[in-house]
Amino acid sequence: MTGERSNESCLAFQAQLPELISSGENASSLPHIQSCELCRALLSDLETIAEAARRLFPVVEPRDSLWDKIETAIKGGSND
Amino acid sequence: MVGNVAEAEDLTQEAFLQLHRKIGTFRGDSAFSTWLHRLAINVVLMQLRKKSLSLISLDEAMEPAPEEGPGRSFGAPDLMLTGAIDRLALERAVANLPAGYRLIFILHDVEGFEHNEIAAMLDCSIGNSKSQLHKARLKLRDALRINTELEERA
Repeated sequence: MTGERSNESCLAFQAQLPELISSGENASSLPHIQSCELCRALLSDLETIAEAARRLFPVVEPRDSLWDKIETAIKGGSND
Repeated sequence: MVGNVAEAEDLTQEAFLQLHRKIGTFRGDSAFSTWLHRLAINVVLMQLRKKSLSLISLDEAMEPAPEEGPGRSFGAPDLMLTGAIDRLALERAVANLPAGYRLIFILHDVEGFEHNEIAAMLDCSIGNSKSQLHKARLKLRDALRINTELEERA
């Protein structure tokens, strides 16, 4: 019974997570997070993933020749 | 989005060609940058479709099939990822996301666009953008936890 109630409060909390995280509010101070280890772990993981994402896929500059190719292609296609 | 420099350059060229062809249809209903981004995203999605990946249109990309969605998050609490995310593992996990999730995750978490900008680019609601991003992160969490489990067993 307690487990079911806990699951229900977890579901309710997790349903609010997209809005909560995007609001930038400090979710770690919320009562449910303070009492629920599972949701605390979930929140921490999602924040860690978002943080790690900023270091992904460094910007790769296109080769200098790309613009020449684009220009040629545009000129080639401009007769239609 | 495509994970390949040469292919990305081909798509850049195609996006400029499309821009040249369609610039006359820009009516100023949105910011030019939003219009251009949407055009470029459609070029990428067209390419993914050609490669027979699991998407047909932007709308379908935004709504992955139910079996592709993340599960409920009642995992074991000892499997926290904090401080242990391997960059390559995360890049692989991102590459394996359904296209719609990947698109929003990259636009928001990697490139830093706001939900209102993404909503305008993808012609969806801000709530939809938030929801899809959340599902993408949940799916990444699942993938990274499986990866961690496999590494621990090895």
